[in-house]
Amino acid sequence: MAQASSSTMDVTFPSDTEILITRTLNAPPHLVYRAWTTPELVRKWWPGRRGEMTVAAMDFRVGGAWRYVMVAHGEFQVAFHGTYREIVPNERIVHTEVMEMPGTAPDSEEGAVLNTVTFDRADGGATTVRIRTDAGSKEVRDTIAQSGMEGGVREQFEIIEELAASLA
Amino acid sequence: MARAATTADTFNAVAEPRRREILDALTQGERPVNELVTLLGLAQPHVSRHLRVLREVGAVVVRDEGRQRLYRLNPQALKPIHDWVASYQHLWEERFDLLEDVLEDLKEEH
Repeated sequence: MAQASSSTMDVTFPSDTEILITRTLNAPPHLVYRAWTTPELVRKWWPGRRGEMTVAAMDFRVGGAWRYVMVAHGEFQVAFHGTYREIVPNERIVHTEVMEMPGTAPDSEEGAVLNTVTFDRADGGATTVRIRTDAGSKEVRDTIAQSGMEGGVREQFEIIEELAASLA
Repeated sequence: MARAATTADTFNAVAEPRRREILDALTQGERPVNELVTLLGLAQPHVSRHLRVLREVGAVVVRDEGRQRLYRLNPQALKPIHDWVASYQHLWEERFDLLEDVLEDLKEEH
């Protein structure tokens, strides 16, 4: 039963500029935190099943920079970078994230979203992970809008959920 | 209306809150314009303008019945949005599944 509940992921939209992903994992917070913050472990899960990670650079301290690069099957490369804003071991990491476009400088914070990742102890030695992505300013939200996503994602997705049924 | 140019695809058409209300109303079934006007509490020209945008991206379909113009939803046009959400969700599900594997290994080390 614990297995079934631990495999459930929730995606919600707490505000017009935020996305919240929640999932409970079957391991204690200090191990989840280690998997999240150790480059050779990040490589094993971060690309999902969609490719290989070629760079997992993490200067893991407040003010330090990180950069992840993945080569997807199909050969195209996607890269993200950012800086750490807040680190509370085993509890909380706040960092910026920029999806690199052609011409994006490696230290650019333009178009960055702010991610807050929390690790909360759950029943049975499990950990509830919450990833809250905040597009924050209007400027950033508009940048995201240009890629096809505008504010109001929450309602947008509520409709889509209803519609999904009729698409099946 | 600087935004006019941004209505050309489904994502942007659906980003407008009033248009989402129209789509919501149409999930209940086909409706004539005057019903939408009443439901939304907007002037008919505004509703018609939103309907035109939705029609241009294929999100709604219109047919004439006598003097009435009846609008209905075309969910297929919203599929790209649905697919985008699904792929984003699937990626995180994959990540968490792999993370569970990593965690099993870490637990065994102890």
